[in-house]
Parts: sequence; C-alpha cells; structure tokens
Amino acid sequence: MDNQSTYNYKVVRQFTVMTVVWGIVGMLVGVLIAAQLVWPALNFDIPWLTYSRLRPLHTNAVIFAFGGSALFATSYYVVQRTCQVRLFGDRLAAFTFWGWTLVILLAAISLPLGITSSKEYAELEWPIDLLITVVWVVYAIVFFGTLAKRRVKHIYVANWFFGAFILTIAVLHVVNSLAMPVTLTKSYSVYPGAIDAMVQWWYGHNAVGFFLTAGFLGMMYYFIPKQAERPIYSYRLSVVHFWSLIAIYMWAGPHHLHYTALPDWAQSLGMVFSLILLAPSWGGMINGIMTLSGAWHKLRTDPILKFLIVSLSFYGMSTFEGPMMSIKTVNSLSHYTDWTIGHVHSGALGWVGLVTIGSVYFLIPKLFGRAQMHSVKLIDVHFWIATIGIVVYIAAMWIAGVMQGLMWRAVNDDGTLTYSFVESLEAMYPFYAVRLLGGVLYLAGMLIMAYNVWKTIAGPKAAADDRIPQTA
Amino acid sequence: MSTFWSWFVAVISIGMILACYWLIKWTTRRRSGEAAEGDVTGHTWDGNLEEYNNPLPNWWLWLFYITIIFALIYLVLYPGLGNFKGVLNWTSTGQYEQEMEVAQQEYGPIFAGYAETEIPALAQDNEAMASGRRLFLTYCATCHGSDAGGARGFPSLKDDDWLWGEHPQAIKTSILDGRTGVMPAQGHLGEEAIDNVTAYVMSLSGREADEEKIRAGQQVFKQNCAVCHGSDGTGQSTMGAPNLTDNIWLYGGSPGVIRQTIREGRQGEMPAHREFLGEDKAHLLAAYVYSLSD
Repeated sequence: MDNQSTYNYKVVRQFTVMTVVWGIVGMLVGVLIAAQLVWPALNFDIPWLTYSRLRPLHTNAVIFAFGGSALFATSYYVVQRTCQVRLFGDRLAAFTFWGWTLVILLAAISLPLGITSSKEYAELEWPIDLLITVVWVVYAIVFFGTLAKRRVKHIYVANWFFGAFILTIAVLHVVNSLAMPVTLTKSYSVYPGAIDAMVQWWYGHNAVGFFLTAGFLGMMYYFIPKQAERPIYSYRLSVVHFWSLIAIYMWAGPHHLHYTALPDWAQSLGMVFSLILLAPSWGGMINGIMTLSGAWHKLRTDPILKFLIVSLSFYGMSTFEGPMMSIKTVNSLSHYTDWTIGHVHSGALGWVGLVTIGSVYFLIPKLFGRAQMHSVKLIDVHFWIATIGIVVYIAAMWIAGVMQGLMWRAVNDDGTLTYSFVESLEAMYPFYAVRLLGGVLYLAGMLIMAYNVWKTIAGPKAAADDRIPQTA
Repeated sequence: MSTFWSWFVAVISIGMILACYWLIKWTTRRRSGEAAEGDVTGHTWDGNLEEYNNPLPNWWLWLFYITIIFALIYLVLYPGLGNFKGVLNWTSTGQYEQEMEVAQQEYGPIFAGYAETEIPALAQDNEAMASGRRLFLTYCATCHGSDAGGARGFPSLKDDDWLWGEHPQAIKTSILDGRTGVMPAQGHLGEEAIDNVTAYVMSLSGREADEEKIRAGQQVFKQNCAVCHGSDGTGQSTMGAPNLTDNIWLYGGSPGVIRQTIREGRQGEMPAHREFLGEDKAHLLAAYVYSLSD
C-alpha cells in the first residue's frame, strides 16, 4: 500500500462530484415525467421517452446514482477520518467507483429500452444485478477492511450505520434479485405469486430503511457534529435507536401490501412493527437536532447547518407520517394515491436530498483544498429554493392524494361510484402542475449548487490537507 | 401454515418486541466508571467528535413504550402471531364479505327494481340511465371509453353496428357471459392471395382498388371468408363475424391493417361479468348501452 500517511481523497472527490452530476440528471428526469403528467404529449410518441420507462430511470438515478454516490463518498471520507487510517485498498476503492459508474450507465441505457425485471427499485436485469453484487462486495471489503485496521479503539457511531447499511443492502439485493435468466435481457423471479410480492416489499421497504435511512443517518452523525462543532447529544440514544432501528425496519415491508393476497397475519405484523418504528426513527432526529443545543445561533449564519438540520425535520416528519400511513384504516384511504408519492418525496427531497447537499457543501472545499465554497451566499439561496420547492411539492401531493382517496370511495345513493377514474384524474391537474413547479425549484437549486461547486473547484490547483494525524 | 412455522412466527414476533423493551432497560442502566450524566463519554474521533452521556429523553421513552403496548394489544385482538386468529376473529375476507352484504341490502333493491322493466322501456327512464351511466363509467369505460366510442380492438357502442346482434338480450348476454371473437390467421393463403382479398374487402365497403385484384380476391373470399362473413360480406352476428360492407372497422380499415388482420388473425375478448356484477346491474348496463344507439 502506498502512502499510508495520507487519506485517500481521490475516490471521495470522484464520488462527491458525481453526486452533484447524478443528482441533476435524476431530478431532470423527474421534472420531465412530472411535466408529462401535466402535458402527456411530452413523450413525443417516442417509446424510450414514455412515462413508464422514464419513471424507473428517475427512481434509480436519484436513489442509486445520486444517493449511492453520496453514500460512497461520505462513508469513505468518514470511515478514514474516524478510524485515523487510509482507506483499505486504493485499487479496490477505485474499482467501486468505476464499477458503480458502469452500473449507472447500464441502467441509463437498459431502462429506456424497456429492459426491466419489473420489480420496483430493483428493475435492473440480472447481468447488471451481478455487477452490482460484485461492486457491493468490494465496497464491503474496503469499508470493513478500513475499520479492521483502525487506529482508534472505539468505532464511531456513523460507522455503525454505514456498516449496517452495507451489510443489509448486500443481503436484500441478493435475495430479492434471485431469478432464472431466460436471455441476456430477460429473467423471471424465482419466487411465486404472493411470496414474490412479499420478498419484493421486504426488499423495497428496507431499501428505504437501510439505503435511504441508515446510510444517511451515518452521514448525519458525522457532518452535523462536525459542522456544529458540538458533541453528539446522547451516546445512549445512539445505542438504543441504532439497534432498534435496524431490528425493526426488517419487519415493516408488509405495510406495502395491505388488503392484498398477502395473508392477514403478515399484514398485521407489518403494521405493528411499522408503528414501533416511530420511536427508533425519532431517536436519530432527536440526537441530531439536540446536538445543536447551545449552538442554535449558528443556524442564523451557517447555511450548511441549515441544510443538515432542516433535513432532520423532514426526516422526523416522514418517519411520523410513515407509521401513520401503515395503519390499515389510514392505508385504505392513502394506498395507491399521490399521498404516497408526497410521503416518499418528503423523505427523498427533504431528508436524503438536504442532508446530502449539506454534506457535499461541507466536503467540496476540504477535498479540493479551499477555505470554503466559492459563494456562501449561493448556498443560502440554494437552501431557500430547495426548501420552498419541497414544501410546494409535498403540499400538492398531500392534497391531491387525500382528494383522490376521497373521490375513489365516494358513492351515490344507489351505491354507484360518484366519480369515474377519469374525473379523479382530471381533478389532479392543478396539483400536478404545482408539483412540477416544486420539482423545477428543487432542480434549480441543484443547478446553483453545480455552479458553486464548479467555481470552487476551478482555478489554481491547491493541495487538500489529507495528512493523517500520527497521534492515536 | 404448519404448527412449527406458526410457533416460529409467534415466538420471533413477540421476542422482537420484548427485545426492544430489554434494549431500553439495558441501555438506561448506569454502569460503574461511566461518565456523569451531561458529561462527554471521553472518546474522541477525528480531532473533535465527541458524545455526551445524556439520558434518554423521557417523552421519547414513553412514545416507545406506548407503541410496544399497542403492538401487544393489537396482536392479541387481530391475526398476527402465526395461526392464532386473534380474539376478535377478524379477517380481511370477512370484512369484505360483510361490507358487500351491507351494500347488497342497501342498494340491491334499487337494481332489482330496474331489472323488472324491459330493456327498451328502461332505456327511456332518465333516472335509471343516470345510474347506468355511472356503472358504465366504472366498469366499461376502461376499454370502451367514457363516451362509449370504443378504441382499436374495442367496439364503439354508440353506432348502429352490432357485432353480436342488435337485440337487447344480445347486449345483456355479451355483458353477462362475455364474448370471444376469433378471426383465424390466414397466412397460409400466401401474400398474393392476401393482397387480392384485401382489394376485394376494400371494394365491399365501396372503396377503390385494382379491378384485377378485386376479381381474383372475390374467389379467395368465397372459398375462405364467406363461411363466417357471409357471401355478401355482411357478417354473421351468431359468431360475431363483422359486417365488412359498412366501413366500420374494429382494428382499422387501411389496406395495411386489413392485410395484417387476414395474415395474422385477431383475438377479441369481452370478459364475462355475471359473477362480478350480477344479473340486475348487467340488465341496467344493457339498457344504458341500448340507449346509446337510439
């Protein structure tokens, strides 16, 4: 291994810059399909641009390309610095970057072509699944290899979450993607009927729980105390909420299958465990927000901290909303409506997006040897545009969703449905337009970020301070 | 579910819930030598990362306990622990059947009343037709369109062209028992014959085509098509063979599409609704559809 006296910043730089790039790409596709819901003609009658093919491209791009790159970048950065050693295996780390990039490119080609396993958030076909598995195993080797050679006795809490995320995603991905290949581009799931649905949503909800929650909590546990320069609020809370979160999330999947062919007992378990999940989820929010106690004034002047703290507010809101929606009686109204879309986006744009953006603003100057971002003012502008965008987006989807649910169940005196499906669709029109506006605002924020990042990086090269302190 | 799996589910479910309780108790216990409450734990990472040894917030603990208690009560009342049915004996199937029964009691008589009137007379009843229209929009519009104008492969219901006959009872039968309209593939005739018969079919609906081909096509038609579509091409409603002379097309009437229909055949399916809607609602729907072409 070369140069054990410095941290491996190269791979962190690569993933961090690609986080911004993939964020823009994924959100641009999101804006396009949101526009298609308002103006269907925007698919131009081209099969590759139809909503059905671009929607999985959007979800895969924002979750796995944008979110995934952010997780690679931050976990690599955090694990090195909190273990006080260089990342294990420079070449392995480089392989994860190029391997993950290849996965993303293959997704960007195969999904518009209509090549799909049709499993939500796991649409990629079996050859790409195999590549993901290889990249993920190498990721685990790099991460845990670094932990193994750490020079600090205790493992920092952020690494618990990153570790849980890496291990669990490996299990989820492999089990859910098991399939019989028929051709290079087509395979069939090995599970039959309702079992397939259950495995899919065991995977699907834990993709939320471990990819989009545990991983990003790891991010939160490093960047909030770092930026606030305050100790984590409670070590005990970290312990309780970490173990309860990872144990309980595993059970929540069946709430995606209420009132379906899934046996009643499985639905009930999914519901009660989703409710128990509320406290473990809020544990993370409390720990992050209370870390700021005694330093609240910093929120006035530090836009990076604003991103991080507001992301936790959205996290708290979505993790309250989620258990409520898992209650069967609520679910019978909310299921299949845009309420679900609103819920997902308050988590995705509000929690995952904002915590990532805050972390990237923290990282970029450090990785490229600058004192701070090119323009702190623009970070603030980005913060407000993004926050307004999210609020507009989720408010539109809440109203639209509840309205859909109520319209679908409204009946006349003779028992016939008051509204046909088309009528409920027509009623969505203004809300879809408002949602598009929210998405455009959020995307605009990302473009401002790209400009800011560009201006920070461009100019004379400066050496980043990547020296590893030699005192243990 | 076998007894083993039933116990397995019950034990790990209850075990997991109790483990949460144990975890809280285990973590809140004070240990000798640990930092005082409100102090940092003494570990430092990456220069300045530290942790306070603050206790768990009480309100949060209560939130946790309440959800645990709720879960345990729910699992006693409702099915969840393997084969244990729950004290309330609730099932989703039972709930559905009960709701359907209530709906049947409340609304059933309305439709039973309509069913006593003959279809042509019922089609004149404005209130009944408003009700029928709403049923149509719920159950039929997906394929036939909100205006009943149909779509490619799905017939228009508001013209006077009836694949299966114009008698009101035929409409009702279509709704109750469904229809399967099969045009067998005739690719074996060869491209030249297909081309000729296409020209003949074009001429049947009064459109222009090559005279030579029409003459040749007529022979092919007589031998292969007339058995279903009739020697004059006006179709046969007993088997749902469309009238080819009225220039109304189920799959499209351009020469290219007609050639494809002949070469590859067609398979049309109207699903049966007897089990799903019942006789009375089908009767009302038949009257509504009947009223559209008046």
